Amino acid sequence: MSLLEINDLKVTFRTNDGPVNAVNGVSFNIDKGETLAIVGESGSGKSQTAFAAMGLLDQNGSATGSVKFDGKDLLKLSQRELNKVRSDEIAMIFQDPMTSLNPYMRVSDQMAEVLVLHKGMSKSDAVKEAAKMLDAVRIPEANQRVRQYPHEFSGGMRQRVMIAMSLLCRPRLLIADEPTTALDVTVQAQIMELLGDIRYEFGTAVILITHDLGVVAGFCDRTLVMYGGQIMEEGMTEELFESPTHPYTRGLLSAVPRLDRDDEMLMTIAGEPPDMSHLPVGCPFSPRCANLRPECAGTRPQLTTLQDGRRRACHVPVKEVA
Amino acid sequence: MMSAPFLSLQYLQVTFDIRRPGSWPWTPPRKLHAVNGVSLDLAAGECLGIVGESGSGKSTLARAIIGTVPTSGGKILFEGKDLAEMEPGERRAHRRDVQMIFQDPLAALNPRMTVGEIIAEPLVTHFPKTPRAEVKQRVAKLMERVGLLPNLINRYPHEFSGGQCQRIGIARALILEPKLVICDEPVSALDVSVQAQVINLLMELQRDMGLSMIFIAHDLSVVKHISDRIGVMYLGRIMEEGDADRLTTRPEHPYTQALISSVPIPDPKLEKARPREVIVGELPSPMNPPSGCVFRTRCRKAQASCAGERPKMIAIPGEDHKVACPFHEAEALLEVSA
Ligand SMILES: Nc1ncnc2c1ncn2[C@@H]1O[C@H](COP(=O)(O)OP(=O)(O)OP(=O)(O)O)[C@@H](O)[C@H]1O
Ligand SMILES: [Mg+2]
Repeated sequence: MSLLEINDLKVTFRTNDGPVNAVNGVSFNIDKGETLAIVGESGSGKSQTAFAAMGLLDQNGSATGSVKFDGKDLLKLSQRELNKVRSDEIAMIFQDPMTSLNPYMRVSDQMAEVLVLHKGMSKSDAVKEAAKMLDAVRIPEANQRVRQYPHEFSGGMRQRVMIAMSLLCRPRLLIADEPTTALDVTVQAQIMELLGDIRYEFGTAVILITHDLGVVAGFCDRTLVMYGGQIMEEGMTEELFESPTHPYTRGLLSAVPRLDRDDEMLMTIAGEPPDMSHLPVGCPFSPRCANLRPECAGTRPQLTTLQDGRRRACHVPVKEVA
Repeated sequence: MMSAPFLSLQYLQVTFDIRRPGSWPWTPPRKLHAVNGVSLDLAAGECLGIVGESGSGKSTLARAIIGTVPTSGGKILFEGKDLAEMEPGERRAHRRDVQMIFQDPLAALNPRMTVGEIIAEPLVTHFPKTPRAEVKQRVAKLMERVGLLPNLINRYPHEFSGGQCQRIGIARALILEPKLVICDEPVSALDVSVQAQVINLLMELQRDMGLSMIFIAHDLSVVKHISDRIGVMYLGRIMEEGDADRLTTRPEHPYTQALISSVPIPDPKLEKARPREVIVGELPSPMNPPSGCVFRTRCRKAQASCAGERPKMIAIPGEDHKVACPFHEAEALLEVSA
């Protein structure tokens, strides 16, 4: 059994301009200790997929389908039961650490509070454990710095504090939503190295949500490519990058300038990402696709599994993709 | 004799006075040297990339060149002429000749003006007597050139996507037919698929219009793709400068080397095999930079002597390449394929 099994997840937001279909039938699994990337451009539904799974959608949003963690469907749990899973088993970190840190509380107090509440520790044990965790995420002089307030840390250090905080209850799954997007590239390298070490030390499964294909390449076992609220392609990271079969994956991979390449011109994908409140009836990528066929605009391609385990949603057979 | 470079920065400095809130008015402000002795040359028709992390002074450098922040030392020579000594007329011409493209396309555009008005504004400001028909014709032509349908001329910026807004910003920067365009993070807010379109457009325009360009960004892969030469900034100083390919494949400075090894490459096999040199420690406060070499506190090659004098720019013999480190050594970090 997989650690997390998401089936036909759909997320809709009610807005004054009508419904926004942010996630449209997404299914995937993640195993114990595995790292999975969800990549895609802005608005493709990466974050809402994770938010829906965690019961964190905005007021105007609703989710259908199933999100089974350890066999329990998270979408059917009561608020109390869900809170327990969220604090003990699944942790989430964000691009902006301040979404999970309280600016008015010392880091020691915030971290200790979690441990006192969920692990029944005494306050002094909890503060010690908090300092130990800050040390584990390589914050220098953790014993002193634990007494500081979040604003006294730099951006990269604050991200470490958030990671330490998320690990306090030894979660089995860590969902990281663009954890390094706001950071400088040298700090990003530090944080990704840290996440890699943590994954080994704690055996935590990680879902990494990002638009950065480079970060994915260095970190994730498996990669899932989203567009217009749907999965376009999914496969083992190495194979997917080496032989992308979906026109969108191919387009995306050849549109990024690479430090190790001398391209005269970048390949481009024509047009712009879709408006999520007016998605095309058929394949969401069809208006921009160079392989367009009549059926593409009419019916949504189903995600099908190829022999090697690769999954793709495209009407055009692999061999015929130009 | 070689002719003067198109643009020459000579030990340029920009200093900001920082007053702590609540400090007495008579306590002297602290100084922040945002740009601290930057010397760079740009040849006509060339694209110079400036790469650096947050706080390295890239944007301040750009603003100094267009003249929107005062310099506190050094010189800016534009076609051999000192910017500080220009007559008012020359200054006006300089303001026409140098245009800028910004990061946040929508924020940079006036929401109450139509696209046509936005693009035409610099032309109408500098040449108020231009006949309306000519203005309109030039705007329409330029819109087409940057990939905007001319029938959108009466729309407002909020009706456009990020990529389209950036095209509007580009058209506006080009309407006066400038000689130099400074782009400050022009594609960092855009999605990958749209980013590639805008990069290609900028490169085409630069080539076709013979523009000189300064391209500022934190993303070294983008900077390398678009630039002929690159300058690497750290805490207000240039660490290394030279040919874009040479600098990215065989960097000399320990900082450039660390920077390059931090840049992720979308190739899983390569990524896992690549030597990684994660930079240690934190960026020092720009208010209180280390003495001597500003990078020494995080440098793997640092020696006691690095705390002493500021390292000189060393020219690599026979090459268009300079590096500010006495212990520099070329290191082959990447193999490049076409
Ligand atoms: N509360 C809301 N009301 C209406 N629409 C929403 C709401 N929250 C999100 N959306 C829409 O859902 C869609 C998917 O958003 P999501 O945040 O999942 O994208 P993403 O892939 O994470 O993008 P990014 O890379 O920008 O973070 C977008 O079109 C977004 O505008
Ligand atoms: Mg998101």
